[in-house]
Amino acid sequence: MNEWPLWEIFIRSQHGLAHKHVGSLHAPDAEMAVKNARDVYTRRNEGVSIWVVRSADIVASAPGDKEALFEPANSKVYRHPTFFPMPDDVKHI
Amino acid sequence: MYAQMVDTGVKTVRAVAEMSPEEQAFQARIDADIKIEPKEWMPDAYRRTLIRQISQHAHSEIVGMLPEGNWITRAPTLKRKAILMAKVQDEGGHGLYLYSAAETLGVSRDQMVADLHAGRAKYSSIFNYPTLTWADIGAIGWLVDGAAIMNQIPLCRCSFGPYARAMVRICKEESFHQRQGYDIMLSLARGTGEQKAMAQDALNRWWWPSLMMFGPSDAESVHSAQSAAWKIKILSNDELRQRFVDQTVPQADYLGITMPDPDLKWNAERGHYDFGAIDWAEFQNVIKGNGPCNRHRLRTRVKAWEDGGWVRDAAMAHAEKQAARAAAKAVA
Repeated sequence: MNEWPLWEIFIRSQHGLAHKHVGSLHAPDAEMAVKNARDVYTRRNEGVSIWVVRSADIVASAPGDKEALFEPANSKVYRHPTFFPMPDDVKHI
Repeated sequence: MYAQMVDTGVKTVRAVAEMSPEEQAFQARIDADIKIEPKEWMPDAYRRTLIRQISQHAHSEIVGMLPEGNWITRAPTLKRKAILMAKVQDEGGHGLYLYSAAETLGVSRDQMVADLHAGRAKYSSIFNYPTLTWADIGAIGWLVDGAAIMNQIPLCRCSFGPYARAMVRICKEESFHQRQGYDIMLSLARGTGEQKAMAQDALNRWWWPSLMMFGPSDAESVHSAQSAAWKIKILSNDELRQRFVDQTVPQADYLGITMPDPDLKWNAERGHYDFGAIDWAEFQNVIKGNGPCNRHRLRTRVKAWEDGGWVRDAAMAHAEKQAARAAAKAVA
């Protein structure tokens, strides 16, 4: 058996947003991946643009690294504007 | 349902104290409604059960294209034909979303297809019944897709991320399927006496198989209990079936046709319809491969796969040749 490679599909919706991952599909090459993505993921005008990326080319963080990667941000609450209470009399800030 | 009687491979549902620390942490996440994603640790039995359930669900979508495809060339109008083609294409799409979700668990597409074709994997019992008249296309959309929606809406909240996300997409598209079916039934019910009789005949043949789609009562089933604990089965078969009956009977009343069940009646005390006994011997027989169309369906699938073999190979050979040429050009 000669299974077609797997591709991850990203669609930009009508609303001028970023491309968003919608799923995956098999295709022999990039051109066919775009055509298949059109049929599988945009049958109801879900998009205005398609990206296809070979699944094998995606580099992902490991679930086990979650703490090391994201925990440091937890203690830095001063990165949010709500950390700084403003006097009621100060406007437009 | 689209996945019926899924075996979890477990003998008992174990208490938290009997689990390994990893399993305890896993179960705690599920209990807290945190989705499980493909690369995260999961018990082997959870992985295997999900592969079985999702692939069975996918196979049902794909085999489910056959009874309806049977009527594409004979749809009564161009409009009905275009609608039916769009509906059947959706079913193909649903199968693909689900195969992709299953593949994230480490099983290959070719393996799943091979399991279906060898008879090792199941698909829903409902697709082994024949579509004898145009009214059957109405009955399938109304009843079969109606039953599918009943089952799939709770699965949008299931614990496995890719499966839940596939279900959200599918449910958005499925309600078109149910409405187009009911619309066919409405046209027939408002038509000539002969057309109304066709609608009644289709209901007579599809009602009981539709109720069987939910599977036998699973109140005592260890597999169902385990699947419920893992949140890959949200409501029991009997609960889903009762909801389906309650919602569908008034729709039949509106059409002016009647369910083929003399025991069907409103029970004011329960606030639900009571209905007659289901012939589970028939269901078991269909599951075992002896329904009216089992062999025909599988033969059609295998033939389609084999006939398409040269196309798949040619597309791959073309892609490899193009890639090799591009690489040679880059060196030169």
